[in-house]
Amino acid sequence: MITTVQELNNRADLARKVLNQVRLRILVCAGTGCLANGSLEVYELLRDTVAALNENVEVVFDHEDSCQKTAIAVKHSGCHGFCEMGPLVRIEDPNSERHAGDGILYCKVRPEDVAEIVERTLQKGEVVDRLLYKHPVTGETYTYQGEIPFYAKQTRLSLANLGHIDPDDLGEYLAQDGYQAIAKALTDMTPADVINEMDASGLRGRGGAGFPTSRKWAAAAQESDPVKYVVCNGDEGDPGAFMDRSVMEGDPHRVIEGMMLAGYAIGASEGYIYVRAEYPLAVKRLRQAIKLAKDEGLLGNNIFGSSFSFEIHIKEGAGAFVCGEESALIASIEGERGMPRPKPPFPAQKGLWGKPTVINNVETLAAVPYIILRGADEFRKYGVPNSPGTKTFALTGEVANTGLIEVPMGLTLREVVYEIGGGVRGGREFKAVQIGGPSGGCLTKDHLDIPLDFDSLRSVGAMIGSGGLVVMHEGTCMVEVARYFMNFTQNESCGKCVTCREGTRRMLELEQKIVDGEGSLSDLELLEELAVVVQDGSLCGLGKTAPNPILTTMKYFRDEYLAHVEDHRCPAHVCQAMKSYFIIAEKCKGCSRCARVCPANAISGKVKEPYVIDQETCLRCGACVAACKFQAIEEVA
Amino acid sequence: MPPIGETSELERINQVIAEYGNNQSALIPVLQQVQEVYHYLPEEILTYVATALNLSPATVYGVATFYAQFSLEAKGKHVVRVCDGTACHVRGSTPVLNAIRKKVGLTAGMKTTGDRQFTVETVSCLGACGLAPAVVIDDRIYGQMTPEAVSIVLDELMKEVD
Repeated sequence: MITTVQELNNRADLARKVLNQVRLRILVCAGTGCLANGSLEVYELLRDTVAALNENVEVVFDHEDSCQKTAIAVKHSGCHGFCEMGPLVRIEDPNSERHAGDGILYCKVRPEDVAEIVERTLQKGEVVDRLLYKHPVTGETYTYQGEIPFYAKQTRLSLANLGHIDPDDLGEYLAQDGYQAIAKALTDMTPADVINEMDASGLRGRGGAGFPTSRKWAAAAQESDPVKYVVCNGDEGDPGAFMDRSVMEGDPHRVIEGMMLAGYAIGASEGYIYVRAEYPLAVKRLRQAIKLAKDEGLLGNNIFGSSFSFEIHIKEGAGAFVCGEESALIASIEGERGMPRPKPPFPAQKGLWGKPTVINNVETLAAVPYIILRGADEFRKYGVPNSPGTKTFALTGEVANTGLIEVPMGLTLREVVYEIGGGVRGGREFKAVQIGGPSGGCLTKDHLDIPLDFDSLRSVGAMIGSGGLVVMHEGTCMVEVARYFMNFTQNESCGKCVTCREGTRRMLELEQKIVDGEGSLSDLELLEELAVVVQDGSLCGLGKTAPNPILTTMKYFRDEYLAHVEDHRCPAHVCQAMKSYFIIAEKCKGCSRCARVCPANAISGKVKEPYVIDQETCLRCGACVAACKFQAIEEVA
Repeated sequence: MPPIGETSELERINQVIAEYGNNQSALIPVLQQVQEVYHYLPEEILTYVATALNLSPATVYGVATFYAQFSLEAKGKHVVRVCDGTACHVRGSTPVLNAIRKKVGLTAGMKTTGDRQFTVETVSCLGACGLAPAVVIDDRIYGQMTPEAVSIVLDELMKEVD
């Protein structure tokens, strides 16, 4: 049990001592991406192989003499972020100066590589070159993780522990100054001091809207009700974003500590974490972390002997995007349909069960312990004046280095996509980036030098949102992308506001019509008109931002829309309805293969003579192109 | 899947209700447990839950139909979920979905095969964007799927079915 700050310090010292006694630490990534690529098999094989060498693989933080100098700790960690290269294995040498805060990173490790890693790296101290990251363009290999361009440009504050500690082990979090921020707040700071420090830090909500966190806290702190709640919003619904998932899975204690600080600041003693149903691993790791913290007295009554008590419950969502909106999330915790409520009253005044409630996103709460422990000035060293600190982005789509990154606010899109992301996959040309999920917008080549911060993005009609960055190459049809997002928001509209429920449906119909090659110029006008109505007439962020993808694509890719409606042509060759297929008579050998696969029987001819496609019956499915062995079928957009 | 209304299963649901308390905030966790037991929400059980939680059947039905996780129809033995998040979509989840539907023999509008072996659905985002396009079959994630690769995975499953 840890009942005083002194005991916390003792445990942290012990944990650090034990960590430093280990000869080597091996961290196998157990984030969702790496697990799916088979990292668990790698972990188990590594653990068993090391154990067979008579090395002590378990590190116990309770006893000083629990491990010998020769021990090799084999651990699984949270997401390292470099998902493209998984499964990742990081090897740290606590006794080497070169390794301080860094380690050797092996990429795409398969179980068959384990024997060589153990023999060469663990026993002889050599590096296995073929498993190192190799730059696809320069061909240079990198031994240390921190040197890889993907990592070198990053500043990891909220993600600092991800890939570095074992999330299921409290001792590892304590060794990284875990729970020191709440200890500092409880001993040296009043709740008002905590709010002032947050105010000085300028932290803005990382869930999308960018509302100043301290303002929410101050509003809830003012309320006199003795019962208040802290809610952690882990309902990360934006398709293409997975930072909250990674933090909950990889560093759950940091989320707990952030919630405790919020609870202390506003005078709440109960908290809820609302996690998406699609994230079972996050639920499991959070449950385990809460249990460990409770067992040690870090959660419960009179924490560190103070008058502050706090407990945390987990609520699993049931699959509704709109529940990311705070009032809908509250309704969902209460057991109702997750529909937004009008504001005011704001949750800080009347929230969960009518009580003052602070709702913060996972990433926001994860930033709090750093700010309280190191101070607002330290946090403000990063980022830009109006958007201080760092922001995580999920870099996905057609980018070379898919993964999770954290950078100072204000870095340009070019630096993120090209220097960290390694440019467009397969050397293709960059066309656009969709930022902020279905509420955000599409940005073009012309925006590559725009700084990524709340206000700069808003000025061009996009938003940071939760931080999803989906890169698209020249083969992407922007009209089809807009249709895709409209389909998403139309599906997820809760149905409360008519403008959102009906408006998104009508907008989707119009988009579908254009994609099907049946659109006209007047449809574009109608779309723009509808967009304004949906924005103006909807209660919550879902409806207010739903038209953004259409508005930004119409603004920046108008020529593509015009090509679809005026020429009935899809410049990117994506929209099926506008394609047509012809058989090149000179190349056709008359094998009849295409005629046999055609689902519509649109192809006819005589064997050993050129076949012909009947354009009237053709469904434009492309099955014939795939079937033809002689490349005799041409696709015309 | 147990027959609807079997005593031991009702016992389990009673336990869940006892654990969460009989008020509305218990409703979603209880429905999640019911779905865990039956793989869907049978209508009879919804009425039972409503009575146990002191709610109207309409309230329970309203919540059950609101959330995507709940299904009022029985699902197949294997549930195939194709991620159609943005990252998966731009990397070609649609051809993967079409290949799966064709492979298990689903025609337009159908979600579950006639023999109740496969249910195929899409999900908005699994948060596994690094693996795009991703497919989840019975809670196991398969990354970087192509129509050909998913066909091999399904072949394995279909062998078990036989």
